Amino acid sequence: MISFQNLNKYYKKNHVIKGITLSINGPGIVALLGPNGSGKTTLLKSFLGMVLPSSGDILFNGESVLKQYSYRKQISYLSQISRFPDNLTVNELISFMKEIKPGKTREHQFIQMFNLQQELEKKMGSLSGGTRQKVNITLALMHDDPLIILDEPSTGLDPLSLKELKKFITEERERGKLIVITTHILSLAEALADDIIFLLEGHVFFNGSMSALLNDQGEINLENAIAHILKSTKKVKDAEDIKI
Amino acid sequence: MKILCIAISFLSWTSIFGNRIEVCPTCAFTTIEEAYKSCENGDTLEIKAGIYKIPNWKIQKSIVVRGEKNTHLISQSGEEIITVEKSNVTIQNISFSGVVTNYLKENAAIRVKRCKNVNILNNTIIDCFFAIYLERTKHTKVYGNTINGNKNNIDRTEAESGNGIHAWHCDSILIAQNDIMHHRDGIYLEFVNNSEMNDNRSHDNSRYGLHYMFSNDDSYRRNIIEHNGVGVAVMFSRRIIMTENTFAHNWGHAAYGLLLKEIYDAEISDNKFTENTVAIFVEGSNRINYLRNSFRKNGWAIKFSGGCESNKISNNDFLYNSIDLVVSSQLNNNTFNGNYWSEYTGYDLDNNKIGDVPHYPVKLYSYIHNQVPESVVLMRSLFVDILNFAEKVSPIFTPKDVKDDAPKMNSNL
Amino acid sequence: MLKILKYSFYEMIRSRWIFIYSGFYLIASMALLLLSNDISKVLISLTNIIIILTPLIGILFGTIYYYNSKEFIQLLMAQALSRWSIFTGMYLGLAAALCISILIGIGIPLIAYGVLGSAELSLFLLLITMACVLSIVFSLMAFLIALKFDDKVKGLSISIFVWLFFAIIYDGIFLLLLLGFKEYPLDKLTISMIVLNPIDLARILILMKLDMSAMMGYTGAVLSKFLGKNIGMIIISFSLLLWVILPLWTIRRVSMKKDF
Repeated sequence: MISFQNLNKYYKKNHVIKGITLSINGPGIVALLGPNGSGKTTLLKSFLGMVLPSSGDILFNGESVLKQYSYRKQISYLSQISRFPDNLTVNELISFMKEIKPGKTREHQFIQMFNLQQELEKKMGSLSGGTRQKVNITLALMHDDPLIILDEPSTGLDPLSLKELKKFITEERERGKLIVITTHILSLAEALADDIIFLLEGHVFFNGSMSALLNDQGEINLENAIAHILKSTKKVKDAEDIKI
Repeated sequence: MKILCIAISFLSWTSIFGNRIEVCPTCAFTTIEEAYKSCENGDTLEIKAGIYKIPNWKIQKSIVVRGEKNTHLISQSGEEIITVEKSNVTIQNISFSGVVTNYLKENAAIRVKRCKNVNILNNTIIDCFFAIYLERTKHTKVYGNTINGNKNNIDRTEAESGNGIHAWHCDSILIAQNDIMHHRDGIYLEFVNNSEMNDNRSHDNSRYGLHYMFSNDDSYRRNIIEHNGVGVAVMFSRRIIMTENTFAHNWGHAAYGLLLKEIYDAEISDNKFTENTVAIFVEGSNRINYLRNSFRKNGWAIKFSGGCESNKISNNDFLYNSIDLVVSSQLNNNTFNGNYWSEYTGYDLDNNKIGDVPHYPVKLYSYIHNQVPESVVLMRSLFVDILNFAEKVSPIFTPKDVKDDAPKMNSNL
Repeated sequence: MLKILKYSFYEMIRSRWIFIYSGFYLIASMALLLLSNDISKVLISLTNIIIILTPLIGILFGTIYYYNSKEFIQLLMAQALSRWSIFTGMYLGLAAALCISILIGIGIPLIAYGVLGSAELSLFLLLITMACVLSIVFSLMAFLIALKFDDKVKGLSISIFVWLFFAIIYDGIFLLLLLGFKEYPLDKLTISMIVLNPIDLARILILMKLDMSAMMGYTGAVLSKFLGKNIGMIIISFSLLLWVILPLWTIRRVSMKKDF
């Protein structure tokens, strides 16, 4: 479904993505993991057209996405956004997103899921961080698209809502969609992911199923496996850097 | 006895009112020349409607020459049309044209020469070199005439165009209600004393609307002076009273509403100066009172140059002029009092309608502008405002003594 | 683009700052009208306020608005929208809100006072137009600055400097040049200096209405032709238009190449 072909990205002299060639195919849930600065956000942003690759190509369903934008109709993207237009109400924002992306939507499902009924007429500026994230999820996922990209979906969510979200994600997988998640919460990745893509210093270090990763590293859970990878590559200076 | 009385009264009637002599193609007299020959003092010569081409006509009898609505005298050879050489002559209701430019003789449609009590009333003088020329004349009235020179005069040299009304060595004359345009000077007065110019409209003249030279004890009131090179120029004269006139739209470089040069003891009051490049330009003039004038939207309201002493500037309105006042260093003993300055930024805490802090009308910018005229494009810029403010706080270039101690909070007029 | 414009405009007009901005103009105009009771004087005072304030507010609001909307812009970029339509939509919403503030703040009090029937109508219209043009030009510059510099503090400082430069420093340099080279013919220098500063352009257009009498006193042939005739009006309007087109074009170029 998504295919990166020898993708390179330089920020000035900084080589962030070093010739990544990678295919991600659905259905299923893919966790995109890697330490800070490993290039996972850049990779996603290149796919979404926000970052322009220095060389290489990105294909979506067999067609290049570079300098295109209509392919994004088929993508639901949950971004890490903390600031919305302060003076618009939740309802206005929802109808705005519906206007710029026409099609069937299911915002009521999310409003119910997150108990947003009371918040609909409030301005975005007056909402708490958690509520804002709920609105963010609603806006991102209310369209029924074949590809879902979730960038740190758990940020600011209470456990109950997170549980509901997990449930929603697994349901979507059952409906045959491809879901790409980046997260710091390894337990979330472990609970959901079928496949793991692990990026390190601009390279794809691992691409395969969860069980293959655990086997490779000889560990029993994801957290240990990743710590093992980082230790073995000897790039880790201190424990602080293990934060993924 | 009865017959005698009638005879006497008839005689006196003729001596007072004179005979009526008519000229027209079908009248007893068909040419003006013949008719004039038969005129006696006190007669009225009526020229009926029609076009008459005549050579120079010297009027040496005290007669009334009157035209009809379309009586039109045209100069036969471009010479002067009428020369009045006798007192008690009236010329009325006649159109004149055809006096051409002459570099040797100042030919006019009507010349009055060495006599008095002449009336020139309601005539129309079109495209003549000079229109009306008064020479050594007293007690003469020029009233209600329409004088229109040549539109091309604006592009001509001064020698090529003549003045509308030209008076030289006259006394006690009245020039009123005339409409004068497209000449060199609308009204030119040289050595004219004790005379009045009232309610005239002088506009679109290439040089001055009204021009005084070496004239004393005159006044001009309620005139409208617009679109001239310079509105009114008063030079080398004394005791001139200028009131209730309107000076407007005298635009151009070296264009002034009123130009004063070597003037003493004059009074300039209740005039309106609107949108002139320089409303009043003063050079070497002393003891002049500027009272209750309104200066609105001029480039410069008053520009003093050369020594000007003992002038009094009171109760005027300075409204939205680009620059209110420019003074040269020799401005002595002049008083500014009770004027309204639209630029004034002071306050009136005691509520007596007089600002509590003096107004300093001379700004630094006017000096800069004097140095580099191009800086005109920086007017009203924040940088210039800052410079002006800095100068106001601690004056270096602008004189500290030029100030209005009692600036009004509201318009005087 | 129109949808984005609509929402960005909604967002802006509900902003407290836009409210304060129009409120300021409203109060200033009303206070001036009450104080002087003379529409000519009010318009002259407003000219001074407008020439200073509209560029400053335009550039500050523009920069802050962009930085505040940065994340939302990223969200929009993940939608099926072109970058150009996102930026023009956001920009036009801002510009429309700024212009409406001016129209409300200055327009309503003066129209209520009766400027439409007065002799100063053309000056009033010119003033309002120039206020809007300056807002447009400087908010465009703001977008450009914010696009170029991701750091908010840096971007804001540069915006303030750009305003200072065009509002004050530029004219200072201009004046020094004029004084320094006063022995030489300065017409062409003067005209080029005017054309290169949008605030000067707007100011000269207003001067042509307000101070024509003084302008006519200038003797230099080229400049007086420029200031006195319709040619000058056309050149100035055209230059102002370029001041809109050039930043817009640069925004398009920069935004196409930028990584978000």
